[in-house]
Amino acid sequence: MIQRREFDQNLEELRQLLREMGEHVERALRESITSLQSLDVNKAKGVIAQDLKLNEMEEEVMDIGSRLIVTQQPVAKDLRRIIVAFKISSDLERMGDLAVDIAKVTLRLEGQTLLKPLIDIPKMAELVELMVEESLQSYLDENTDLAYKMAKDDDEVDHLYSQMISELYSIVVHHPDSMQQVMLLTLVGRYIERIADHATNIGESAVYLVTGHRPDLNQ
Amino acid sequence: MEPIIHINKLNLYYEQFQALKSICLDIPEKAITAFIGPSGCGKSTLLRTLNRMNDMIPGTRIEGSVQIGGKEIYSDDVEVEVLRKQVGMVFQQPNPFPKSIYDNVAYGPRLHGVKNKAQLDQIVEQSLRQAVLWDEVKDFLKRSALSLSGGQQQRLCIARAIAVQPDILLMDEATSALDPISTLKIEELVQELKARYTIVMVTHNMHQAARISDRTVFFLNGEIVESDDTRTLFSTPQDARTEDYISGRFG
Repeated sequence: MIQRREFDQNLEELRQLLREMGEHVERALRESITSLQSLDVNKAKGVIAQDLKLNEMEEEVMDIGSRLIVTQQPVAKDLRRIIVAFKISSDLERMGDLAVDIAKVTLRLEGQTLLKPLIDIPKMAELVELMVEESLQSYLDENTDLAYKMAKDDDEVDHLYSQMISELYSIVVHHPDSMQQVMLLTLVGRYIERIADHATNIGESAVYLVTGHRPDLNQ
Repeated sequence: MEPIIHINKLNLYYEQFQALKSICLDIPEKAITAFIGPSGCGKSTLLRTLNRMNDMIPGTRIEGSVQIGGKEIYSDDVEVEVLRKQVGMVFQQPNPFPKSIYDNVAYGPRLHGVKNKAQLDQIVEQSLRQAVLWDEVKDFLKRSALSLSGGQQQRLCIARAIAVQPDILLMDEATSALDPISTLKIEELVQELKARYTIVMVTHNMHQAARISDRTVFFLNGEIVESDDTRTLFSTPQDARTEDYISGRFG
């Protein structure tokens, strides 16, 4: 029989860890974009250094979760809470890596000037940051409506992404020497778009936690 | 899976106390059905209803219908001994007779008129093989059953129960007095037996129900709260009381 009080405390610990990881990812995304906008190398290095913490938190989630499975043999929703914690922590860890990839673009552009002020990239990033926040909130509050609402924003992200690609394409046609920077900025768009996909995964995890069924929010 | 047991609107009273309330349940053939629930929920009472063990408790009154293989088991023309041959039972504490291993298994067939030595030998061997005990005891069948370990004694009781070729095997917490290794052996055995018999088990060990049963029925206060495919019941129970119970929030 499950020792309920200690088990509940441990589950709460998992929730808090994921909340923290989510805040960490939002911050990493925000700072990687501002580092890119101002080509601030120090800020970019800060994002890269901070990622270590996120990896440690993911390992902590794995440790607590596997210990709970071994010692408590949870079933039904209790088991889903742990499965979902594993999945969400791994999504968040990947999101952190993608923020690091954006920061590395800033490092590569060191000493250059941006072809033009960034417009679509920060707009996308802002939207994706909201998606990250809402996906985490849908998990924390077990709010499936919010998960579905958040997933709809992904369409707008995809729209901004393709708009950005067209724009960068026309730039490279007229300024072939800008190829390297255009490619790097295209990658940044791709990274942000990938973060949004992981946010959608978190929304799916939230729905699975509540209902026991896996929806596909990534259509 | 076809139901072999069909229970309809069953009420059971011990004097004034109603222990089972309007139970409706179909139990499928050649499958393992587990009854779970907190102490006093009625699960053992219902199990004992299936071979009329409750008849022995004074003041017991039954309403409703219990059909096994389409036949009403509480009708006047049913001979309880014949019913109990069809519906065998294994109890919590291994209860071999203070006789030899051989005589324990041969007891039922002899009672039902088998006298031929060769035939009895064959039944004893076959039953002990089915109970996965043969290899351990074949060289000293004349030894007292009480010399066996608890786990072996319980497998002997299973062999004794299947020696009369029942259709249904009832198990009332049959592993709760055993160590984990013996429990595992019985669980494996039960999994094999379901190819031949319908098994209905009461267990306090929810993980055991989750591990080996095909269907699980959750009881509370004399009522069935939920009855479902075991995987579904332990993954996505429909009733909040089931979820609370299997998650250890009460009971």
